[in-house]
Amino acid sequence: MTHLESELQQLKDNLVEMWTLVKNQLSKAKEALVTEDKDLAREVISLEKRVNSFELSIDKDSENIFALFSPVAVDLRLVLAVIKINNNLERQGDCAKGIAKFVIDIDSSFDKNLLAVTRIIDMFDENIVMLTELIEAFEQEDGIIARKTFKRDEFLDIINDESTSILADYIRNNPDSAEQALQILSIIRKLERAGDHSKNIAEEIIFYAEAKILKHKV
Amino acid sequence: MHKIETKEINLHYGNFHALKGINLVAKENTVTALIGPSGCGKSTYLRLFNRMNDLIDNVEISGQVLVDGEDIYGRRVQVDDLRKKVGMVFQKPNPFPKSIYENVAYGLRVNGINDKKFIEERVVSSLQQAALWEEVKDKLNKSAFELSGGQQQRLCIARALAVQPSVLLMDEPASALDPLSTSKIEELIHTLKKDYTIIIVTHNMQQAGRVSDYTAFFYMGTLVEFNETKIIFTNPKNTQTQNYITGRFG
Repeated sequence: MTHLESELQQLKDNLVEMWTLVKNQLSKAKEALVTEDKDLAREVISLEKRVNSFELSIDKDSENIFALFSPVAVDLRLVLAVIKINNNLERQGDCAKGIAKFVIDIDSSFDKNLLAVTRIIDMFDENIVMLTELIEAFEQEDGIIARKTFKRDEFLDIINDESTSILADYIRNNPDSAEQALQILSIIRKLERAGDHSKNIAEEIIFYAEAKILKHKV
Repeated sequence: MHKIETKEINLHYGNFHALKGINLVAKENTVTALIGPSGCGKSTYLRLFNRMNDLIDNVEISGQVLVDGEDIYGRRVQVDDLRKKVGMVFQKPNPFPKSIYENVAYGLRVNGINDKKFIEERVVSSLQQAALWEEVKDKLNKSAFELSGGQQQRLCIARALAVQPSVLLMDEPASALDPLSTSKIEELIHTLKKDYTIIIVTHNMQQAGRVSDYTAFFYMGTLVEFNETKIIFTNPKNTQTQNYITGRFG
């Protein structure tokens, strides 16, 4: 392995470690919501510091690689993709943190029926599967696996679109629980945004692996 | 204690003040690149460490040059011993008009080593360290001139390594080579630094970025800035350094 290759491998390894951390944040945020575990929610928030630290160090390492090695071709695409994936992962970490804060702040239990009818748990699961597949796509430089994300993101968009009317009905029928419903809506929006970030990540993996630009086309 | 240190080095070629108050350190097992425009004093500074400037008339040096804490310009220093400890590789490959084997063995023989087995083992290990062994192992008795330029340069590195220096001085070691050979030399430098302290003069700033841990920017005999290479190339403190590495002058 050349010097540049080992630097790039280290960069990839660090990104995957950050990726796994963000996936864990989302998993724990889901569990915290379902089990109303405020301690677990606090754990999600404390993980955020590590995610932020990774973001800074990966950005710095990428800058150093540009300055010291002037990478070209696939190596250049890799570093460019890493910078953007890094940014999207950090935003997904923010989504998880935001969800965790709701769990900490809520005074009463979430209506389990409301969680079921809005399919919020499906949204969590879909996000986690997307992140898992994207790690594999990145490590294998596989655009085909990355493209699976687009369908999954559409699924999240559908749930998001349906949630407004579902929650509006809920509020009409349960006016005392309006605040809770609005919190659920916020969480749904965050999960939909997390899906968008995964879609962005998929586009960057395809750019890295295939030198194709799908931004604004998909 | 640093591996190499210079303290207030001033060097004059007659009336010309070539090096002005240079204070620099190099840690063990690191690569330090010396960069700067032509005539700024890089090679003059490099030649301090094996006293090659002694061979030039009208040179006056003041200050201290320390290798492993010892002033190498002290009265008791034997220059021949110094040059075993501090090896040098030049810009143009300069193998001896001998076989590949004898090029590497020469330094050992000149130092009074006659044990055939010992010499053979050292020749093999030096060629391996120089990443040349696989390419020459079946033709060790061939003339060194039959090798390509890049191979000759690696042979010169093996020759320097054979006497087991702890410091390697490299004066633009790849500037006369093609890109592939250059790349091999750069990878070799990266490998060698695990065992040696290396100082390299280069006009190729991208090369300095690729191979070195620390970079010293010289300008008109002055050390303008010295820092970790990644800092020099991402956020140099001195405007002159930034202007040089971005190609605005030099």
